[in-house]
Amino acid sequence: MSYQLVTELTILVLAAFVGFEVISKVPTLLHTPLMSGTNAIHGIVIVGAIIVIGAHHPGWFMRLVAFFAVILATANVVGGFVVTDRMLEMFKKRPDA
Amino acid sequence: MSTTTANLLYLITIAAFILALRFLSSPRHARLGVQIGAAGMLWAVIVTLALDEVVTGWWWMATGVLIGSVIGVVGAKKVKMTAMPQMVALFNGVGGGAAALISLVEFHGVWAHAGDVGVERGIATIFSALVGSISFAGSMIAFGKLQELVSGRPITYPGQQVGNALLFVGAIALAVVAMGSLEFWLLAAAICAAALFGIVFVLPIGGADMPVVISLLNAFTGLAAAATGFVLHSNVLIVSGMLVGASGTLLTTLMARAMNRSLANVLFGAFGKIVAAPGAAAAGGDGASVRSATADDVAVMLAFARRVVFVPGYGLAVAQAQHDVRNLAELLEDKGVDVRYAIHPVAGRMPGHMNVLLAEANVPYDELYEMDTINPEFPQTDVVVVVGANDVVNPAARNQPGSPIYGMPILDVDKSQNVVVIKRSMSPGFAGIDNPLFYDPKTVMLFDDAKAAMEKLIAAVKSV
Repeated sequence: MSYQLVTELTILVLAAFVGFEVISKVPTLLHTPLMSGTNAIHGIVIVGAIIVIGAHHPGWFMRLVAFFAVILATANVVGGFVVTDRMLEMFKKRPDA
Repeated sequence: MSTTTANLLYLITIAAFILALRFLSSPRHARLGVQIGAAGMLWAVIVTLALDEVVTGWWWMATGVLIGSVIGVVGAKKVKMTAMPQMVALFNGVGGGAAALISLVEFHGVWAHAGDVGVERGIATIFSALVGSISFAGSMIAFGKLQELVSGRPITYPGQQVGNALLFVGAIALAVVAMGSLEFWLLAAAICAAALFGIVFVLPIGGADMPVVISLLNAFTGLAAAATGFVLHSNVLIVSGMLVGASGTLLTTLMARAMNRSLANVLFGAFGKIVAAPGAAAAGGDGASVRSATADDVAVMLAFARRVVFVPGYGLAVAQAQHDVRNLAELLEDKGVDVRYAIHPVAGRMPGHMNVLLAEANVPYDELYEMDTINPEFPQTDVVVVVGANDVVNPAARNQPGSPIYGMPILDVDKSQNVVVIKRSMSPGFAGIDNPLFYDPKTVMLFDDAKAAMEKLIAAVKSV
């Protein structure tokens, strides 16, 4: 097992604990925005999509596949963040309080 | 920019994402949190564009980003708040699909030509390709079911579970052979098999259980993204993917618990079968009768109450009566009534969905009470108004061990002084079980559409 893999697994496990810790503090009031917000966060695959479309010259077919990956990942990121923001914008406190 | 420098700069994105989730702990700064998260994402994209290995394909990239953004913005702006679960399913699915496609390209472009994949990256590639594909196809079916493009009822046929298991194992086998032989088409076939598995995996699950499925698939996409991080050696993907994986897992567990069912029961057991149990027949029985009331009767009860609690359910959202409920509540508040809303964890079509729907109707979030907070308050409540909710207020969950929902945490509305149930008819709720609350001597039924009932109540309260 490579040194790099061990480092990456360490990061993975720590991220899992951070995730559970932070998410468990989110009130049920905000669970729908939480779900769509985390949805937007896994849109980080856009980074991977950019790397594969920009890195190689694998022929037109693979370019096309990577192109679809970019479209899907962007829709994920943009849609996820916009819709979450739209929801959270509506949450308001009682005006007199 | 070298990969090491990029990983250093990606730390900003990682911090932004964790902060974004941290800020979601209160509705006061939740929006700021999401904006921080979006900024972190933008930063990650900029850093990636500056990578040494990203050298070409700019036009493809720009066009893809443009198309994706248009789809994302239009979808996000147009969607109705009641359709939020479908939207989440859709955006979740495309993320999973992207992860699967990325691993396919990386496999073809790098290793098939380098001549060796290596066990470690091979496993990561298989994982992100298959899980991403399952998430994509499964989410599309979930979307179809919620949008009523696909039948919401569980679709079953003989030998289903064995067939599904074989399909799953077959997909893994194909992918493993692909890694060994470096045949790109084998991995593509494995991805297709996984997509097929995603479809047949979600089809037998009923529409009412889709939120659990979406949450689970959300976790899947997160894990697929993390696996893509192992494929590309990108820390930001690993951390972000795992954050989502953790969140999805936690939410899935919470939801299953709120429905008092195991995850396995949701995924593999058809709820409809249990409902036929004899316990259901006994529930309403005893020759008990139902009291029905007019809007005027109810208006008097409400206008002279000290505290009124509304229990909104999905029926309210379907009738688009959120605004009317808010209007009625404000009218009562003007008369000095203490008005609150009791929200069950699974009210609506996904956890927290009802809160979003009420927020859309301008109900201040500090009037929304969670189950554990409001339950001790019911004995001091004069009138509870149940609008479009059923199973979440069914006392059978507390006192009928034979009932299929026995043990499910409910709102104890039967402990209040008076209960008004607004319902079209006596038909049972999602779980298909009778509700003894309707036969309780403290309960009156107002048979009407939720919106029509609210309008009549508003008029009646005004004239009291």
